[in-house]
Amino acid sequence: MTQGQWIRRVVKPLVFVSSLVPFGLLLRDALGGGLGANPIEEITHRTGLTAITFLMITLAVTPASRLLRLGGLTRLRRMLGLFAFCYAALHFLTYLADQTVFAGTGLSLAAVTADVAKRPYITVGFTTLLLLIPLAVTSTSGWVKRLGAKRWQALHRLVYVAAAGGVLHFLWLVKADTRLPVAYGVVLVGLLAYRVVAQRIRRRGRAAASPHSLPTTNSAVRG
Amino acid sequence: MIGITYRCRRTTFDAGATHWGDDMLIKRPDDIKASEITDEALYWDRRRFLGAAAAVGAAVAVPGLLGACHRAANGEEMPARQDDELTPYEDVTSYNNFYEFGTGKDDPKRHAHTLRTRPWTVRVEGEVHKPATFDIDDLWQRFPPEERVYRLRCVEAWSMVIPWLGIPLKDVLAAVEPTSHAQYVELTTLHDPEQMPGQRRNVLPWPYVEGLRLDEAMHPLTLLAVGLYGNELPNQNGAPIRLVVPWKYGFKSVKSIVRIRLVRTQPLTTWNVSAPHEYGFYANVNPEVDHPRWSQARERRIGDLFKRPTPMFNGYADQVAQLYAGMDLRRLY
Repeated sequence: MTQGQWIRRVVKPLVFVSSLVPFGLLLRDALGGGLGANPIEEITHRTGLTAITFLMITLAVTPASRLLRLGGLTRLRRMLGLFAFCYAALHFLTYLADQTVFAGTGLSLAAVTADVAKRPYITVGFTTLLLLIPLAVTSTSGWVKRLGAKRWQALHRLVYVAAAGGVLHFLWLVKADTRLPVAYGVVLVGLLAYRVVAQRIRRRGRAAASPHSLPTTNSAVRG
Repeated sequence: MIGITYRCRRTTFDAGATHWGDDMLIKRPDDIKASEITDEALYWDRRRFLGAAAAVGAAVAVPGLLGACHRAANGEEMPARQDDELTPYEDVTSYNNFYEFGTGKDDPKRHAHTLRTRPWTVRVEGEVHKPATFDIDDLWQRFPPEERVYRLRCVEAWSMVIPWLGIPLKDVLAAVEPTSHAQYVELTTLHDPEQMPGQRRNVLPWPYVEGLRLDEAMHPLTLLAVGLYGNELPNQNGAPIRLVVPWKYGFKSVKSIVRIRLVRTQPLTTWNVSAPHEYGFYANVNPEVDHPRWSQARERRIGDLFKRPTPMFNGYADQVAQLYAGMDLRRLY
């Protein structure tokens, strides 16, 4: 098998099944009473944490494929991104149910909009979900053609904003223990820093490769 | 109204509990097998039985609640408060905020076994005529704990109903005779990172300190709890002695207390120092004053799916509202 086939036929199905594990555990605990004393809070926390974890994993695909020289890994990116979106949507739906169905105040969306507008961490979390929607919708290859690779790529850079929004949302909601959200923040900064550095190196490489510069540096920079 | 009858029921049981303490060994949590822990329904039946005979005596013992208790003692049907059922023991002892053992709700139960609750002393000092150091076992002897069923409302908008065993703080304070300068009471948790691993990280400024105005501390509802569900406090619930102030958010109810100090000025309290715009000194349960990040208008009773409205002062307004007459509770949250 070529590397591409190996990733498509073995790695991708494995990653797909693994990505369902958090959902499976949630179902198991929901049915088996394993969600503790405050199940809705537990579901909210777990889906949120899973969503932001998948966002980070998605952002780690490109650096990993470059650093490990496994170009085929990028075939996993769309699927992982869609899982991030699905868990974020579950997270939001849990919040929505908590604010409406389970609020005991009747089904008033006005209360939800008020909550979203009034509380900064919810505003940020909601915006993050909104940003992920167009990315999920345009994740198909059909949409890449329709938009053209350049515009598609520009649109999908929104994922950086979404990831930052997710971390900020997490940071603003904890009461005192910021350890975990800060850890996610550090990971995100690392993933973004990699891109900045890699892009600089590529630009320098291109400049070096142009006819006016010395050709000797070219291969070194590429490596 | 409903709150009163409910509490009356609880005072009813005060006498029952005293009687209970005489002839029944109150066990330490370590000694109890899971099968021995009283089931909530059984627990109520036993209390009801004991309570019927003791209602009048208890009503006299706690004058503030007299009116309400007379009604119950006269045989009036106590309104069934389906929604104020006891929170199961399992939930009360596995879903805790006790950052000294970690910030997750399940951390205290997992980690609090490192806390050594014997020997344990509580130093009561400051603006008092007779400062004293109470050994926890002597405290039990000297002030036989009463049973009180209170609602507990967490600032995070969830709540429980817990049958505490406790000593009114006012009784302990009276024993040390506060001076005329005493204006506030400051209560401090043990500070020992060896026993309390959560204190190895500066999540909060340790040790945990809470405080009350003297009149709040002297209020008959204010309790030093030493047990729950008829047994000694499990470590994760603040063993061996903790504060319970049922009309204030849970974080006021400082756990594993080693020092009580009567002071002249308002003490610096942990959450208030840590995030002053979110947690005030008073921290009275107030559905009209939101936490900056969430609404306090409603709460989820642990075990319920649907939220319920939060009453002013957690339903204890008739007993405590006069303490705050003329105060702007929006400003002094």
